[in-house]
Amino acid sequence: MTTTLAERTAAARPPAPATSDPVLQVSGVTLRFGGLVSLCEVDLTVRRGEIHAVIGPNGAGKTSLFNSLTGAYAPQEGQVLLRTDAGTEHSLLGRKPHHVNRLGVARTFQNIRLFSALTALENVKVAAESGTRSGPLGIMLGLPRAKAEERAAEGTARRLLALVGLDDRAEERADSLSYGDQRRLEIARALATGPRLLLLDEPAAGTNPTEKRELAALIRRINHELGISVLLIEHDMPLVTSVADRVTVLNFGKVIASGPPSEVQRDPAVVEAYLGTSDTDSRQGRTR
Amino acid sequence: MSTLNDTSAVTAVQVAHLPVSTASTASTASTASTASTVSFRPARPSAEALAALRGHRWYERPRWRRLCALTAVGVLLAVMTGEQGSGADLLFSLRTTFTGTALWAWIAAAVALWAIAEFGAVPRRAVASGARAAAAPLARIRPALDSSPRLRVALVVAGLAAAVLLPLLFDRSTNQVLVDWVGIYVLLALGLNVVIGWAGLLDLGFVAFFAIGSYSTAFWSGQLPVKPPFELNPFLSIPVAMVTCLLAGILLGAPTLRLRGDYLAIVTLGFHEIIYLIAKNAESVTGGSLGVFGIPHFSVDLGPLQYRWGLDPLDYLWLLIGLITVLVLLFRKLVRSKIGRTWEAIREDEVAAAAHGVDTVKYKLMAFAIGASTSGVAGAVYASKVGFINPENFPLLYSVLVLAYVIFGGMGSIPGVLLGAALLAYLPHGLKDVVDQKDRFMYLGALLVVMMIYRPQGLLPARRRRRTVRTREAS
Repeated sequence: MTTTLAERTAAARPPAPATSDPVLQVSGVTLRFGGLVSLCEVDLTVRRGEIHAVIGPNGAGKTSLFNSLTGAYAPQEGQVLLRTDAGTEHSLLGRKPHHVNRLGVARTFQNIRLFSALTALENVKVAAESGTRSGPLGIMLGLPRAKAEERAAEGTARRLLALVGLDDRAEERADSLSYGDQRRLEIARALATGPRLLLLDEPAAGTNPTEKRELAALIRRINHELGISVLLIEHDMPLVTSVADRVTVLNFGKVIASGPPSEVQRDPAVVEAYLGTSDTDSRQGRTR
Repeated sequence: MSTLNDTSAVTAVQVAHLPVSTASTASTASTASTASTVSFRPARPSAEALAALRGHRWYERPRWRRLCALTAVGVLLAVMTGEQGSGADLLFSLRTTFTGTALWAWIAAAVALWAIAEFGAVPRRAVASGARAAAAPLARIRPALDSSPRLRVALVVAGLAAAVLLPLLFDRSTNQVLVDWVGIYVLLALGLNVVIGWAGLLDLGFVAFFAIGSYSTAFWSGQLPVKPPFELNPFLSIPVAMVTCLLAGILLGAPTLRLRGDYLAIVTLGFHEIIYLIAKNAESVTGGSLGVFGIPHFSVDLGPLQYRWGLDPLDYLWLLIGLITVLVLLFRKLVRSKIGRTWEAIREDEVAAAAHGVDTVKYKLMAFAIGASTSGVAGAVYASKVGFINPENFPLLYSVLVLAYVIFGGMGSIPGVLLGAALLAYLPHGLKDVVDQKDRFMYLGALLVVMMIYRPQGLLPARRRRRTVRTREAS
């Protein structure tokens, strides 16, 4: 948590080069609920190693996009490709949520969804163990592999709790943690499944300015030290401009702008979507 | 009476005005902290006084309504414990109850109870504090057990020794009950606890797997109308019944475990009915409603080691205790492992569990299969012990009873389920000589109702659920 904003913008990391290969490629995704079009031909590319933010007004379809990527919703049209480090491509559409997770996409939730009766450590352990192979017989008979896997998961969970700064609260029930701690526990739990792409759904919602600063530093650490690409939904613009390499703006289910934060902020379509315009303004906008 | 109520109401109203003035004086005086806390909590008029102020008539006031309710309970209990009805004279039961002296005894008891509760504040408090003092050591047992593993082991060993040795003192018919009803049903409850207590799946047709286990044992002993390719030693029928039930559990579960809660309950209900009707109607396969006879007892025949389980129920009781002990040890390991944690996670939030790589259907199926194979063991032992089975051994009522045992003992807690199932399964038989034969299950029902009202978490709730209950009470 030592990187400051100034350091990062100065030289901590060059902006991701345009040729950098994509880790996630979303093209032409359309999601309809009956007659309601929630997402309309959304294109989005997350490059390997970048922090990519998705912003947009309430109801723009940001969380629907996340749910479509992780298998919770099944979009009617389009393609979502996840590319592994080796270069093989997996289509994510139509897969079950746990398959998507196994392929290396982890997520957090907008409204916190921890396993509230489990301790913080157990929350992370469940995620860390979901990919292990030992079955009920091996566990009941106490086979060495089951024991080794349990030890490994315990180690991973403790390391991740330390990363998010919750190591001294490992034995507390998840629902007894403070709101900000619960948000960070969700991130630790998502990291425990070993993702190459992390989807964060409004991680800063309801946190105070100090917690927001810590969160920005944490997201950068996850990106730098663990080498995980991050796709981030966020309303807090200072946070977005401080961490994101690129930003995609959604409005009414359509991508209206995409690019580096400084450019996107000046984009007239974005300004219009966020601030609204008077009739004359918008007419001028159309004729221009 | 009414004047007394009125005066108390007036004082209560006056007190309610007081706080403002006391608070202003208390804020200046630093030593008046106690006075200020008192004054900030305005004294509320009693329910009795409020009713008087509202002009309710005497019988509408809480005190007299309580009397009416208690009297009604007294009459109900008089009817419950009174004469049995008879088919020839429909009103016989009611007539004898309402003309007999027992009714007046019950009403007198109800009125006496009411009088003590309403007017005997001093003796009531003495009794309450005495009871609390007597129960104080009980409250210390659980923390002591939680903190000391050695004490826990000692208690388990003592319990096991009692379960093994005490039946030596009982007579034969008691031991029959202990095997046929208590032992078998404790085993079933242990299996259902995996499904409902740990995985959180409401299974209303659990006894169907018990039936499958029994019939598979009958099949492999060659007593069914359809003959097996070769006959198995009855002992080998235990693992075979286990595997058969495991497969049946997977067959039922695979298409249905995507359903949640109530829907799954209905499906399992239907499954139970299907199995029951197949057993009853497919006469050329299952023997129909006459059932199967002559299923052989267990026997071991391994060179020097030879033993034959005979008619003595003690052999079977010890066998059951052995099986239960082994299963408890295995299940304990299971629930403390990743599988137990994952079940808990699925129960808490299925969507979040799936988003973190948990194949939720697989884990639910696992719980279903483990529960089913446990009841397969119970079915095999039951068939060998009793020797003849028919569809009436597996009615829907028993599925519901096993569910009641699990909830009564405390869902998800192994000691709770063992104790709850043992107590409840024995209760109807223990009452045999005390109350009328036909009334036994009525008392079981009454006990369940009272238990669910006053202790819904069960006799010995699971540690984690206890934590949940406590935080809910605190918030």
